[in-house]
Amino acid sequence: MDYSTILHKYAPLRENLLMILHDVQKSEPRNYVSPAAVEAVAAYLNTTLAAVYGVVGYYSMLSGEPRGRHIIRVCHSPVCRMNGSFDLLEELQRQLGITLGETTNDGEFTLETSECLGNCHHAPSLMINEVLYSSVSRKLLKDILTRNREHAKKAGEVRDV
Amino acid sequence: MSNGGQVLIALENAGRINPGSLQEYEQAGGFQALHRALGRKPEEIFQEVIDSGLQGRGGAGFPTGVKEKLTEESICGACGPKYVVCNADEGEPGTFKDRAIMERDPHKVIEGILISAYAIGSEKAYIYIRGEYIESIRRMRTAVENCYSTGYLGKRILDTDFSLEIEIRLGAGSYLCGEELTLLESLEGKRGYPRIKPPFPAEHGLFGAPTLINNVETFAHIPFVVQHGAAEYRKLGMPDSPGTKIFTVSGDVEHPGFHEVELGTTLRQLIDGKCGGMRSGANHGRNTHKFQAALIGGAAGSLVSEELLDTPLGYKSLKEHGAVLGSGALIVFDETRDLAEQLLAVMEFFRHESCGKCIPCRIGTSLLVKMGEQLTARPQGKRGELLSEMTREAEYMDRTSLCPLGKSPILSLKSAERFFGAAL
Repeated sequence: MDYSTILHKYAPLRENLLMILHDVQKSEPRNYVSPAAVEAVAAYLNTTLAAVYGVVGYYSMLSGEPRGRHIIRVCHSPVCRMNGSFDLLEELQRQLGITLGETTNDGEFTLETSECLGNCHHAPSLMINEVLYSSVSRKLLKDILTRNREHAKKAGEVRDV
Repeated sequence: MSNGGQVLIALENAGRINPGSLQEYEQAGGFQALHRALGRKPEEIFQEVIDSGLQGRGGAGFPTGVKEKLTEESICGACGPKYVVCNADEGEPGTFKDRAIMERDPHKVIEGILISAYAIGSEKAYIYIRGEYIESIRRMRTAVENCYSTGYLGKRILDTDFSLEIEIRLGAGSYLCGEELTLLESLEGKRGYPRIKPPFPAEHGLFGAPTLINNVETFAHIPFVVQHGAAEYRKLGMPDSPGTKIFTVSGDVEHPGFHEVELGTTLRQLIDGKCGGMRSGANHGRNTHKFQAALIGGAAGSLVSEELLDTPLGYKSLKEHGAVLGSGALIVFDETRDLAEQLLAVMEFFRHESCGKCIPCRIGTSLLVKMGEQLTARPQGKRGELLSEMTREAEYMDRTSLCPLGKSPILSLKSAERFFGAAL
């Protein structure tokens, strides 16, 4: 994969590392920063592989491992917990047949948790890629997953964000 | 600015104008404060902010004008240019006020940044928004583009010698990066590890240069202060905590939401007057459930009992009761909630977000989760001793950790001990 288009959007300065990694991850269908990408970024910023891996490893939105096309982030902050986020997580694991942190076999969904999404007046909430879902019930969950699956099918390999 | 008795500053235009339209912001009186500011001397502006008594709305409550003055006066020949940073890395559990401002009136935040940059003599500003805030990012990006295309940003703004560039940067899922010095590390493209303080950002901030860093809500207050003056601002709120504050109320109230009210408003007024009382039960009766406790300020906040329902919410008034105002998050618990479980949720949060740099925090947050689990396993009324032990551990962390994260668990634990103690 060629990263030069992304890289050249930014000046080759260390301060741009996070923005570059966001863009790189978004360009990968599997939602991660690959070893090849780390090498390209490190070379472009004239820094070490360790520095780039260190940043990828620190920030929870970035991943060094391949993930699904859809990242599901269930908010498990105190307010969402009060409103049933544990139930949602359980239901998601059941419906997707995976445990927390895993990706479905078809490469469609990865299940993660997130700290407070700032949507506490509509708890519980979750995000799927860039879409925020409010007051999610078990019933709603099924619709949301179906819709995201269909959307992904229609879009082929292209991501919906 | 007044809406049926409700005084609005930061949310003045919220829901009334199209947040994507700079013209509508102007028609609502936007950028008048900037015009006024550019006709005055920089020191007059930060003096006005000092006189207004405005305190940082992000949680720490440091006097904003003093910060501006220190940054302006910071002399460091080798440091290069000064910077302004807008902290939009809102992540305190139960807090959604910055999001409310950025999504509803993004131009106001930019106007506040412009005025502040002029006051301290800076030509470069950054807005650091948390990566999960997709809508805030979109709205702020549009607003910044609008400002560039109409001459409110860029070179020689409004035909003066003042120039400013604003760049939007995104966080990537680290609560700790909301802490100002850690945010600066992240802006430099590094892991979010805290720095030793002092030096403060005013002397040694972004890239080692003097830096003014404020929360979104704080910046949203600047246009009002400059436009209407310190005396007018001081008419709002309390003598020792002037102005308004957005409180984000969540949990067991009938209508959770965000409300901008004068400081000095009480918890009871917010719950009953703004949020429809405590949540109704199966029979839909108002106030079916009873207030048991509230977590003021989010995870890095205090757990208080009904004793504080009628205490004016202000920086000093809460401190007198051993509590903090923090970000303005109010998480309300009714009588059905086990408070030990809520404390455990808070401890788990800190365990997840501890960066691991300071050993007392890394080990302490894990230990507190273990103790928290034991706490929930004990029957109510038999938890006092263990709670005291947890408070003691949190005290060690408080004394030996570098950044506010390690100093935070003590807040909820100590207040829980004070207000509930053996009754927890």
